[in-house]
Amino acid sequence: MEGEVVLLDFWPSMFGMRTRIALAEKQIKYEYREEDLRNKSALLLQMNPVHKKIPVLIHNGKPICESLIQVQYIDEVWNDRAPLLPPNPYQRATARFWADFVDKKIYDLGGKLWRTKGEEQEAAKKELIECLKLLEGQLGDNPYFGGKDFGFLDVALVPFYCWFYTYEKFGRFSIEAECPKLIAWAKRCMQKESVAKSLADQEKIYDFVLHLKKALGIE
Amino acid sequence: MASGEVKVLGTWASQFAMRPRIALNIKSVDYEFIEEKNLLEEKSQLLLQSNPVHKKVPVLFHGDNKPICESLIIVQYIDETWSSGPPILPSDPYDRATARFWAAYLDDKWYPAVKSLGIAEGEEAKKTAMAQVEEGVALMEEAFGKCSKGKGFFGGDEIGFLDIAFGSFLGWLRVVEKFNGAKLIDEAKTPGLADWAERFCSHAAVKDVMPDADKLAEFAMIVVAKIKGLGLAAQSL
Repeated sequence: MEGEVVLLDFWPSMFGMRTRIALAEKQIKYEYREEDLRNKSALLLQMNPVHKKIPVLIHNGKPICESLIQVQYIDEVWNDRAPLLPPNPYQRATARFWADFVDKKIYDLGGKLWRTKGEEQEAAKKELIECLKLLEGQLGDNPYFGGKDFGFLDVALVPFYCWFYTYEKFGRFSIEAECPKLIAWAKRCMQKESVAKSLADQEKIYDFVLHLKKALGIE
Repeated sequence: MASGEVKVLGTWASQFAMRPRIALNIKSVDYEFIEEKNLLEEKSQLLLQSNPVHKKVPVLFHGDNKPICESLIIVQYIDETWSSGPPILPSDPYDRATARFWAAYLDDKWYPAVKSLGIAEGEEAKKTAMAQVEEGVALMEEAFGKCSKGKGFFGGDEIGFLDIAFGSFLGWLRVVEKFNGAKLIDEAKTPGLADWAERFCSHAAVKDVMPDADKLAEFAMIVVAKIKGLGLAAQSL
């Protein structure tokens, strides 16, 4: 069942972190290969010719692209342990809907916090807080988005936690002040080995963004 | 399995609203189609209440469950709920990942290019948008070859997830061809897709929900004019 598993990734990527967490949850041994995105490997370009992006999961030589698709693939192939999607179709639809919401909103809004200034940055901050509050509302009284157990939506969102520090520094606000339940949830997730080992250090992310801004010529 | 009435909130022209309807037809599930009358200018209370996050069609109502939104998520819900009917997602996990990949590509990359083409002003903008649309169709021709494995549909012998995801765009694709004097899917350039398109549109689960091409062209002109007139972003489509 295992076969050969390779992950082409880039250490600060929240998307790559999702796949790392899923692989760790299922205790799958794999080879991690760091990509230099300014100098993409021939393998990356061959395995993801359409988007040329990481992460790329390669299982027995065949590529699977797009992080949420990878997480579902991992869940379906290694279906004998640590299930990520619940068995009930309505709950699955709900998890997929909010994971899709995270994809549509959080990355771009968060990006605006460090890429832009003034009114544009303020508008992005406001919208990001609204989106995080909406997500926080989905937790209810449960420890995880998956309910009692860590699941698909937890995997989809928790990687952004290591980027919150960067968002807060540039946006001059506290996500914990706005969404205390969400931060409590994130810290709870960080107690899981699969999450703690997969997320990058938040200060390293901040340094990375500072360097990236200089390289991109953004003030 | 949850039981109860099934309703789909959508519009006759929406390619996204077509998708759950095709899926329900495949599963032989009866449903009520609720038409959203004035999507661009005045969304109904029902839509705003049932999809407060995105305010878009389609929305699926099933029994006592809260509404389900996002067409591809709805299609997967339908497949998983009426699991004894003909399968929509392939059974092999790698084939499932492939179908999901191309469906996401169509919605996230290709369809925005089609929309850009619709409202592009000037030769340069039209050329750029057209090139992207054509590139997407070429990729889908290749994907069809790989996914169909010599059979009639992306899903093999029967209509599947990717057939629904791509086939739902065929009406609008014909409108784009007409308005731009271009041939995107034809026997010469995309023989696989040309045959598949005919097969898809005449399928029992599809033919009653595929909008009439002329009606759609007329409607498209109204939509484009409104979008430009109201200064709306293409995102509103």
